[in-house]
Amino acid sequence: MTTTVEPAGRTGEQPVEEELPPPPADEEDIPVPPGAPRALLRSLLGPHRARIAVAMLVILVQQAALQSGPLLVAVAMDRGIPALREHDAGPLISVISAYLAFSLLSPVLQWAFIKISARVNQDILLELRGRIFRHAQRLSLDFHERYTSGRIISRATSDIDALRELLSEGLQELLTVFLSVCYISVLLLVLDWRLGLASLAALLPLALIAHSFRTRSRRVYRRSRTSAASMIVRFTETMNGIRPVQAFRRERANDAAFAVVNQQSATATADGFLELARYVGLSRTTANIWTTGVVLLGAYLVADGTAELGVLTAFVLYLRRLYDPIDQLAMFLNSYQSAAAALEKIAGLLAHEPTVAEPAEPAGLPEPAGKGREVRFERTRFAYRTGKEVLPPFDLLIPAGQTVAVVGATGAGKSTVAKLLARFYDPTDGRIRLDGVDLRDLATPELRRGVVMVTQESFLFSGTVAENIAIGRPGATREEVEQAARDIGAYEFIAALPDGFDTDVRKRGGRISAGQRQLVAFARALLADPAVLILDEATSSLDVPGEQAVQRAMRTVLAGRTAVIIAHRLSTVEIADRVLVMDQGRIVEDGTPQELIDGAGRFAELHKAWRDSLV
Amino acid sequence: MAENRQHDDSATGHRSTVRSLLRLWPYARGVRRKLAVSVTAAVLAMMSVLAVPIVLGRIVDGPLADHDLAGLWPLAGLLLLLGLIEAALFYTRRVVLARPLAGLETAMRSDLFAKLQRLPVSFHERWGSGQLLSRATADMYTMRLFLAFPLVFLIVNSVMFLAGTAVMFTQDWRLALIVVLPAAPLFVLTRRFESGYSGASRRAQDQNGDLATVVEESILGIRILKAFGRHRSMAERFTAQSHLLRRTELRKAGLLANLWAVIVGLPELALGCALAVGAYLVAHDELSAGTLVAFLSTALALRWPVESLGWLLAYANEAATATDRFFEVMDEPEPADPGTATDLGPTADGIRFTGVHFRYPDAPDGTPDLLRGIDLHIRSGETMALVGATGSGKTTLTALLPRLYEATAGTITLDGRDIRELPRERLRELVAVAFEEPTLFSATVRENVLMGAPGAGDDRLRAALATAQAGFVEKLPAGVDTEVGEQGLSLSGGQRQRLALARAVVGDPAFLVLDDPLSALDVHTEALVEAALREVLGSTTALVVAHRPSTVLLADRVAVLADGRIEAVGTHQELLRSSAHYRELMSGEAAFAPEAALISEGGTTR
Repeated sequence: MTTTVEPAGRTGEQPVEEELPPPPADEEDIPVPPGAPRALLRSLLGPHRARIAVAMLVILVQQAALQSGPLLVAVAMDRGIPALREHDAGPLISVISAYLAFSLLSPVLQWAFIKISARVNQDILLELRGRIFRHAQRLSLDFHERYTSGRIISRATSDIDALRELLSEGLQELLTVFLSVCYISVLLLVLDWRLGLASLAALLPLALIAHSFRTRSRRVYRRSRTSAASMIVRFTETMNGIRPVQAFRRERANDAAFAVVNQQSATATADGFLELARYVGLSRTTANIWTTGVVLLGAYLVADGTAELGVLTAFVLYLRRLYDPIDQLAMFLNSYQSAAAALEKIAGLLAHEPTVAEPAEPAGLPEPAGKGREVRFERTRFAYRTGKEVLPPFDLLIPAGQTVAVVGATGAGKSTVAKLLARFYDPTDGRIRLDGVDLRDLATPELRRGVVMVTQESFLFSGTVAENIAIGRPGATREEVEQAARDIGAYEFIAALPDGFDTDVRKRGGRISAGQRQLVAFARALLADPAVLILDEATSSLDVPGEQAVQRAMRTVLAGRTAVIIAHRLSTVEIADRVLVMDQGRIVEDGTPQELIDGAGRFAELHKAWRDSLV
Repeated sequence: MAENRQHDDSATGHRSTVRSLLRLWPYARGVRRKLAVSVTAAVLAMMSVLAVPIVLGRIVDGPLADHDLAGLWPLAGLLLLLGLIEAALFYTRRVVLARPLAGLETAMRSDLFAKLQRLPVSFHERWGSGQLLSRATADMYTMRLFLAFPLVFLIVNSVMFLAGTAVMFTQDWRLALIVVLPAAPLFVLTRRFESGYSGASRRAQDQNGDLATVVEESILGIRILKAFGRHRSMAERFTAQSHLLRRTELRKAGLLANLWAVIVGLPELALGCALAVGAYLVAHDELSAGTLVAFLSTALALRWPVESLGWLLAYANEAATATDRFFEVMDEPEPADPGTATDLGPTADGIRFTGVHFRYPDAPDGTPDLLRGIDLHIRSGETMALVGATGSGKTTLTALLPRLYEATAGTITLDGRDIRELPRERLRELVAVAFEEPTLFSATVRENVLMGAPGAGDDRLRAALATAQAGFVEKLPAGVDTEVGEQGLSLSGGQRQRLALARAVVGDPAFLVLDDPLSALDVHTEALVEAALREVLGSTTALVVAHRPSTVLLADRVAVLADGRIEAVGTHQELLRSSAHYRELMSGEAAFAPEAALISEGGTTR
């Protein structure tokens, strides 16, 4: 079991050819600190203490009202009827009035309890969903690269569902069961302590049976959660990759593969069900044997004259109520079991601290002199936890306003430099300063005003095109959004969409090609107006005119701004003030494009090859 | 959210819970015997529960009244027997259903999965994968649970209610009438409740799906959110969405609370009245004490069937909604596949597009077709590059060939055979595709690549990997047996692209479609791949979408796509001379002067 986290990239340039990240963590590989689930539960329930107390009180009174029924029946039989025979209707009337009053009170309280507890439940779920969501957002990229999206999604969906089930049905069930057992126990003891003790003795074997059920079904439930998660992963993957699935006729093979995980999940489900059946059968047998015993004992006592007939009647009525909730307890244990497993997983996720942490005392950036900011790598070194060095210590000063192109073969470490500068990862040693301030001392909003990175990945969020661009700067006006699109040469195609900028990218006619998505990503970055802009293979899907439009735009946009451009294609280099050539984690050449082209180094060679590849 | 709008019509439309649930029958058919056993066991168990008060009444009126303790034992024995039978039946009821119902859930989910895989790409573009996932998980669970408990109890409780009522009427008809009376208003109220609740329940399920979609997007787009520090705006969206869900859930709880209050209150009141009347009757010797005890315990035993009505109906409703959502997908028509041809035409004619039109099925009215009369002939053995401006429909055109989309008009033939005459399966065997966005599945490298040629051997695998310059595979922890994809090792974009390319060429396909297959490769690797690809392309008929001159040079001829038509076809050199549009696409010459200088410098080297 390891907590070490190796950075690894899913997209963009990765030094994978030198060093491979470990296989992704298994479901159980995220260690759950002891006590974390409990602490999580406490922190969730804490704010609702008052409402929970009220709900408890309500259910306490409600149960009292509900459980008084048989008692009142007993009183009516033993007192009311004999009195009525003596032509005294008084006792019976008061008993009946009490019964009716309670039967009015009980539903009102039940109503109140449902309302209050639903409120508490929903608030807790809201909070927990929010926490998972925010935490997943806060976790560093290296974590996301290991802990697949399907798993995080199942934390926020199916695990939450398990908790919801417990909260909405289970807890009320448990409370009701517990309270009714308490009330009835007291009542029985008061009515007749001998019969009462005999009845309560059954709780011991029943508790033992419940305990054994709990232990056995815990294992089953954990298995069922895990198999459900792998089923979800398989499902999501297939649906997201539907084109290759169909193009390569994977349907049948997938059916078979899915059948396996599906079957595992079904077996686990059925096993849980069988455990439950066994439990219910056993506990019911015990309860029924006991009931017969108590009736026999009661009958002897009545025959003795040491107990009244009404008392025995009440006992028989109550016994059913004492033992009946046991099935419900099983249901509760059931949902408790899966909720506990879910809570444990959620707690594990929440307890996982991001490796790229927010500063405790954030520093502020100095007022910028111009549009750009100075970037300084100081003895920056980056290595995997395994010790494999990706970037040996290096120094690099990028003056404010300079545009630097970084080139090099796959695996040279270009993207690692970019990710360090964007603070997707933190350096192993040394530091990176932005206008003299360590990146690690900057709070996220401040950092993102300073540094923005555009990757080759161009995911679009559901919503309109305008909304997708506005991610760059949420407060932007419509004019600013359109201007950004115009600047990057994306205006025409967006305007030609069915609803122009208001076209929903997931709806009718909202199909946007990979190249167009990259243009949207660029517009987004332009709108963000950062001091330092990092472009990581951001033009890979553009065609030549598109790329040139982008570069034209870049010439004006980048003026005065600091920029780091990582590119396979040397066309980008044309707009750079300076070129860095990287090889195996080291900067091997550094100079203006012209210097390097004229030289005899690697870049001159690359440049020649590139020129040859042009028309 | 978008998804919501889509489903609202079906939610507000009139819908019968029963009719929805009846659609489950084809699946439930297989377990009908077990269900019958389960219901019978439950009914018998209830009978024995109902018999208990009768025995108790006998004990009170018989041995106890007569002080005949010897007569007590047989009755106590009967009581014990009833108890044991009840427990055994309880056990049976659950045991018989455990495996069959899990099997039923599996079958439904498998069907859903199979169906989704076979629905056209355009369907998947319409539906968020969160919505699909919640149908495969939460909804299935709801349906299975419904069949396991609520369905059984809806039957059992009705039987028990009727039987109990009959028992009460035999005990004392006056008391029975009092207790049964509230059934009428209860029935009316629950009907009314049902309609309100089902709307809310459907809304909650859809909102849950939307929430899942937001979560999914926030995870899939995490790099963008991080790069722009936009967690907050995404979080706001999430918060808004989860508040919506909370409101719906609270509304559901409110409705449930109202129902509960009535369902608990009314029978309790009736019971109070029955007690009063019963006590009066006993006092006037019109009723024995034993009968009153038996009557009251029967009435109390009937409380649960009545009380449970609330949640049983709620469950039935939720299951009906889940069923509707399930069948929404299952009812989606699968594209027809009437082709029966097994072979291509006799002539080696290559690929021929004739008057091909295409518009997306959901394109708004009034917009022109995306492809408006494509005429293009790719000779057998020829490699044709397809170039065109961003968004001109190149990718769409390539998707028509393996019929990921269906051309809306015109014909496409392979060696003279209309592709619609071929079964899709066979067509896709003949046409291999490498997509612009390379997707790997959770499987080994070997399995991922050999998807292109099921059953092919190691030599083919090695050859394909060599063509795609995927030498990095050797350095993976387990070589070609390394797990990649969602559940495996993360590979870089360039690496995935090379594996996708290997997948396309491994089967030595007769027809090959490559959609900008080298976009994520660096210059050096790209050159190596091109050299190797050239050999593969020599023996196949290929359509290659190209964005760059280097890719175009792989092709024998080039077709220029513009305004939904093939504007020009020719060799690279011909087009450079004759087509201004092509020149612009390849060099940006028309648009970008500074680079033009650079190009003219090296432009003649090839």
